[in-house]
Amino acid sequence: MTINEIQDQIIADFSQFDDWMDKYALLIDLGNSLEPLDEKFKIPQNIIEGCQSRVWLNASMADGKVIYEGESDAVLVKGIVSLLIQVLSGHTPEEIVDTELYFIDSIGLKEHLSPTRSNGLLAMVKQMKMYALVYKIKGE
Amino acid sequence: MTPLEIQHIRTDFPILTEKIYNKPLIYFDNAATTQKPKAVLDRIVYGYEHLNGNIHRGVHFLSQKATEAHEEARKFVASYINAASSDEIIFTRGTTEAINLVAFSYGEYACSEGDEIVISVMEHHSNIVPWQMLCERKGMKLRIIPINEKGELNPDVFRSLINTRTKLVAITHVSNVLGTINPVKEIIKAAHAGHVPILIDGAQAIPHIKVDMQDLDADFYVFSGHKVYAPTGIGVLYGKREWLEKIPPYQGGGEMIQTVTFEKTTYNELPFKFEAGTPDYIGSTALAEALKYMEKIGIERIAAYEKELTEYATKRLMEITGMRIIGTSDRKSAVISFLVGDIHPYDIGMLLDKLGIAVRTGHHCAQPLIDSLGIPGTVRASFSFYNTKEEVDTFIEALKRVVGMLG
Repeated sequence: MTINEIQDQIIADFSQFDDWMDKYALLIDLGNSLEPLDEKFKIPQNIIEGCQSRVWLNASMADGKVIYEGESDAVLVKGIVSLLIQVLSGHTPEEIVDTELYFIDSIGLKEHLSPTRSNGLLAMVKQMKMYALVYKIKGE
Repeated sequence: MTPLEIQHIRTDFPILTEKIYNKPLIYFDNAATTQKPKAVLDRIVYGYEHLNGNIHRGVHFLSQKATEAHEEARKFVASYINAASSDEIIFTRGTTEAINLVAFSYGEYACSEGDEIVISVMEHHSNIVPWQMLCERKGMKLRIIPINEKGELNPDVFRSLINTRTKLVAITHVSNVLGTINPVKEIIKAAHAGHVPILIDGAQAIPHIKVDMQDLDADFYVFSGHKVYAPTGIGVLYGKREWLEKIPPYQGGGEMIQTVTFEKTTYNELPFKFEAGTPDYIGSTALAEALKYMEKIGIERIAAYEKELTEYATKRLMEITGMRIIGTSDRKSAVISFLVGDIHPYDIGMLLDKLGIAVRTGHHCAQPLIDSLGIPGTVRASFSFYNTKEEVDTFIEALKRVVGMLG
């Protein structure tokens, strides 16, 4: 699936719920089922420090594709981390760099990415793109 | 206070009828900022509609009237906290600016390399960072008073930290995280016994406790307007006259001068020496209005009702499995910090928000305290006299639902 196909799938999954609490229940499920990040990756340079919660992000390359792994200490944040990994991980650096992440807005979770929430998510999205950009330049 | 009276009081606060995500607002973030009664809002509008002219230097009618209102406000604040004179009341932007003022001006006057400042582990960043900056500037040391497991300061440890190098003690009156009401009178006495002046951060105390400068005998006492039903951007530094006369001005500019030549400037007398530039003369009058509003209800009655509400909320919170209240001093203000099991505070706060309930989560600008407790932060519910037991009940039901989802 392309990045946008995955985004559209997530939008469809979330659109079946009208109630906010149901959307959040789904996000909590996603957070709880996210593979825990290997302790060896929980190192200072992988931490994205937010005021409210912290996020760990690790990136690596395999077969020309960027593999992201991540975790957070807050489950709602972990849910969004899971979504971001679902969308971006396993694609080429070029695809990731050129992607516009519209699903967050569409499913109504934009507020989690607001700089005022200071949960580390906005910095994580930037960091994911940054890794892809670095891999892209390295590959050229 | 009777439920009927509370209902009546609630009608004074327009924002309390707001709906958040279609649910009635339950505002339990009063330790961060309080909502404003109509009387205060009206006073702001009245000021700009009828009394707006730049103060202290105008010969015209509006300037005179605005000056009178600003100075009347100063007198009222002085009488409210029982200062010896209104010259001892300096209007600032808030607690933070007031502490920075003392850290700079007192620091310049009294401090040099090797000296020490004593603070406590439960301070808000605004009562840590200005002292750290002073310490860095002058090559000084910060000494920290620890707390016990209930979240209380130990006066004996405090006494042991005072020595001949101690230049100032800066302690919060009430902890914004733990709710602990510190025995400041005793601490002030102990500091004075060691010939050390003391600053009290009253930001969390003024909305809940009657403070009396003659009784407390603090050298400096600071607080913010917005935490006491007044607008943001106005606050107070109370300083004993002897100190305010000795220490140099903080900022230079208009208003704070007597004469200016390019060779030398002489400074204005108190309190103007510390109010460079056009002060917030509308904010000052609105602050006085807010304090009058509280006085009308009665601070003792406010304190009694808030205590009752806090005890009720504490009791109900304990119904929840895994509940852990952070800060269990017997002398507590209307603040409850808590954690449930190993659920992250952010998750609880976000979901409560969706149910129309405003609480605060995180480290509450007291990171050293949170770190010393070995927790990621807390959820904090903080109350005002306009909150009700019914709101507490709704909050508890919502919290149970949220914990059920997250647990």
